[in-house]
Amino acid sequence: MTLDELERLAAEERAAQRKTACWLHVCTAASCLSAGAAEVKQALEQELAERGMLNFCKVKGVGCMGLCSAGPLVAAQPEGFLYGRVTPDDAPDITRSLVEGRPLRRLAVPGDLPFFRRQFKIVLENAGRVDPERLEDYVAAGGYASLLKVLNEMTPQDVIREVTASGLRGRGGAGYPTGLKWSTVAKSQDREKYVVCNADEGDPGAFMDRAVLESDPHRVLEGMAIAAYATGARHGYIYVRAEYPLAVARLRAAIRQAERAGLLGNRIAGTPFSFHVEVRLGAGAFVCGEETALMASIEGRRGTPRPRPPYPAESGLWGHSTLINNVETLANVPVILREGGEWYARIGTPNSKGTKVFALAGRVLHTGLIEVPMGISLREIIFEIGGGVPEGRRFKAVQTGGPSGGCIPEEYLDTPVDYESLSALGSMMGSGGLIVMDDSTCMVDLARFFLEFSKGESCGKCVPCRVGTAHLYDLLDRILRGESDGAALAMLEELSDLLRHTSLCGLGQSAPNPVLSTLRHFRHEYEAHLEGRCVAGACRTGERR
Amino acid sequence: MSRLRLATVWLDGCSGCHMSFLDMDERLIELARGIELVYSPLVDAKEFPEQVDVTLVEGAVGTRDDEEKLRAIRARTRVLVALGDCAVTANVPAMRNPFGPQAAMARAYQENATRNPGAPTREIPVLQARVRPLHEVVPVDVFVPGCPPSADTIHYVLQELLAGRMPDLAGRSRFGA
Amino acid sequence: MNAGIKTLRIDGRDVGARGDQTILQVARENGIFIPSLCYLEGLSPVGACRLCLVEVKGAARLLPSCVTRVEEGMEVTTRSERLDRYRRMILELLFSERNHICSVCVSNGHCELQGLAEKLQLTHVHFPYRYPRLPVDASHPRFVADHNRCILCTRCVRVCDEIEGAHTWDVMGRGIEARIITDLNQPWGESESCTSCGKCVHVCPTGALSEKGRSVAEMAKRRQFLPYLTMMRTQR
Repeated sequence: MTLDELERLAAEERAAQRKTACWLHVCTAASCLSAGAAEVKQALEQELAERGMLNFCKVKGVGCMGLCSAGPLVAAQPEGFLYGRVTPDDAPDITRSLVEGRPLRRLAVPGDLPFFRRQFKIVLENAGRVDPERLEDYVAAGGYASLLKVLNEMTPQDVIREVTASGLRGRGGAGYPTGLKWSTVAKSQDREKYVVCNADEGDPGAFMDRAVLESDPHRVLEGMAIAAYATGARHGYIYVRAEYPLAVARLRAAIRQAERAGLLGNRIAGTPFSFHVEVRLGAGAFVCGEETALMASIEGRRGTPRPRPPYPAESGLWGHSTLINNVETLANVPVILREGGEWYARIGTPNSKGTKVFALAGRVLHTGLIEVPMGISLREIIFEIGGGVPEGRRFKAVQTGGPSGGCIPEEYLDTPVDYESLSALGSMMGSGGLIVMDDSTCMVDLARFFLEFSKGESCGKCVPCRVGTAHLYDLLDRILRGESDGAALAMLEELSDLLRHTSLCGLGQSAPNPVLSTLRHFRHEYEAHLEGRCVAGACRTGERR
Repeated sequence: MSRLRLATVWLDGCSGCHMSFLDMDERLIELARGIELVYSPLVDAKEFPEQVDVTLVEGAVGTRDDEEKLRAIRARTRVLVALGDCAVTANVPAMRNPFGPQAAMARAYQENATRNPGAPTREIPVLQARVRPLHEVVPVDVFVPGCPPSADTIHYVLQELLAGRMPDLAGRSRFGA
Repeated sequence: MNAGIKTLRIDGRDVGARGDQTILQVARENGIFIPSLCYLEGLSPVGACRLCLVEVKGAARLLPSCVTRVEEGMEVTTRSERLDRYRRMILELLFSERNHICSVCVSNGHCELQGLAEKLQLTHVHFPYRYPRLPVDASHPRFVADHNRCILCTRCVRVCDEIEGAHTWDVMGRGIEARIITDLNQPWGESESCTSCGKCVHVCPTGALSEKGRSVAEMAKRRQFLPYLTMMRTQR
């Protein structure tokens, strides 16, 4: 498909969509589907058909609208009325309100909630608007225009310059500058190079990448193709965890559609550039999100990390130069090329540009998926966007970065969300899970929860992580059972220091973070447990036996 | 000058460390000039005395009886020495730990018994769930690994303690031998 | 890879090296001791035991010397209070992980784990022992695998794959549950791929793999064959 053909397809699709006066957008991402969105969609379609209204109004499955706690969500366009907790029985009322041109009060979610107003959508610009299962809808929204612009008008160096100028940093957690990574792979003399999309999202409480893949899979493919062009790769892999069947199905469908349209495959858009993408499924190991373990898994070997250097840019898949980027990182790329790196660099903070997608979960009124500019404070996210802590309870802490991150107590809530600030607090940006805890959460129990996770997910290759996570878990468990004395806290700190500095990969190096950050901010809860008390009153086993 | 008040104790172990102690042979005579042996399987004292300068403990903690003895010893001892692998690592007695005390008793008194099978029920301390090294129960001042530590090693330890120094066992003995 | 001659400094000593050598290789050539357990000359290095970590000036992290190549002007420190402490703790983790009872082990006196504990002046293990219940596989007619004594260095896995070419051994499970296995976790004696060559037994640093009929302290390992086998393969 050439640029002209793409523009024609976009125009045709937009014209076709305009023929329908009214659209009902039903969220068909995993969260709303699990709340019954498929049945709602069917009921709405049936209702419209029975009333003979299909010329006037159509139903469209779209991606995640963000406010997962109010799902299933339905949006009536063009007015933008948003309905929450919709059931199939609501279909007649919703249809009637369309005819009357008035919103249906009963189900209305106020559209001016700070939850919506305070967001800034780049990665999620199409989420909740386009049908993730139709290429045409993505194209109508401007999709693949960046790729074709890049292929027709820019050199690989131009692309890298633009990405570097944007200041984009890796969204998988570590925050490595994306432009620098691309230029390293581009410089490699290797004749065979690969682009890998890391979609092995596995932190408890994190669902950012899943939502992006389920809502807008073509965006990720477009980002990968641009990355491949910039670095000189001809093959790409998307490594998705098998626990995301919907994301996998939509990705596979998107790849087929893009190949058929000539937007992936050989000689894309009539240029000499070819790029083939395959989906590889992860078999449920968290450590396979670590890039060297991920590559081992793609190669068909046991998913264990190996020491770096050599970095993947030098020796990656099958020994070839490989670019590995996370889903969200790649999803930013088409917009950066469309709007320009300078435009992107104006968003966010001096060292953390752009936006970040977070999965807001836990003890907060509005849970769901949000995208905010870097530099926003945690307080704004939790109390304005999230609507604060429900049921009259008090906020206690927020966990960022999942099992590799740490908890942040109330006194640091005005910290701006950026890579350096969160690290300075003993946590990390991580991939974007935000778990809010109220005063009913025991922080020692929280640390044990994450250590149970890390212990179970350690690959077992290096000694500090394999044995150290098991010891950390046992120590925490004994503290919670009231069987320890002060020496246990010293041993926790000693082991944490060892793991952080001697483990082979990021899993082991960051596994002690939940222990260290809870010890740092909530040491009194540990001390209370040593005396057989649980400050939060959460642990039934808190009493000394 | 008052002599060093020394005690030696035998908990869950094979007495091999005490044999090694006796292997100091003629050096025992020389040591005896500076040492008063106030409690030991080798002497006839029923009660563990107060104000002991040094106690050499052989064996691991495998019963509540062991644990009570060790706590009392710790309270009355200035320098507690874990003598040998059973005291330092729990060693062979700990080999029952993965299986539990019932399985160990059944193997010893039931499965392998040729006459009157059945675990003894009287006058035997009840086994704890796990055999532990001394330092998991009380603070230990000096660790002397070895199964058993050689007579030379024990001699070195006592000489240092007699001279008022804490012996440094690093590199002088090892687990297992 | 640049195989030219490099000069670097290890513990304040100027040493020369080929560019394709690792810090560990060069240190050993120069009689500088760096502890290691998973590394064995002749097998591919994996950087798993973390005992050979060293400090390199300008590097943010400690680096495994078995896989880190020398660089011109590098300044390496192989011993420091911190490295000694970490190494002792790693040994302690290994001793606490499984049931290492040196006094009744076939490898007593010949064991690399026991030897390093002595060399690094470890007098006791202050982490709680875990005492897992682990099997002993004596199904092979000539050899025994005692998982109580395995430290998961994977030397057996690598020698079987890289030198013998049988790939009988591999690792199953993860984290603290990881185990070495033969074939698809069949008893060793029923393995169809095992050639009974015994290389795994002789590269094993502990008493985990041993020959049958050996009693306590009788299982000395012979490893001299390995560099020759490697040489035959690579320099024929």
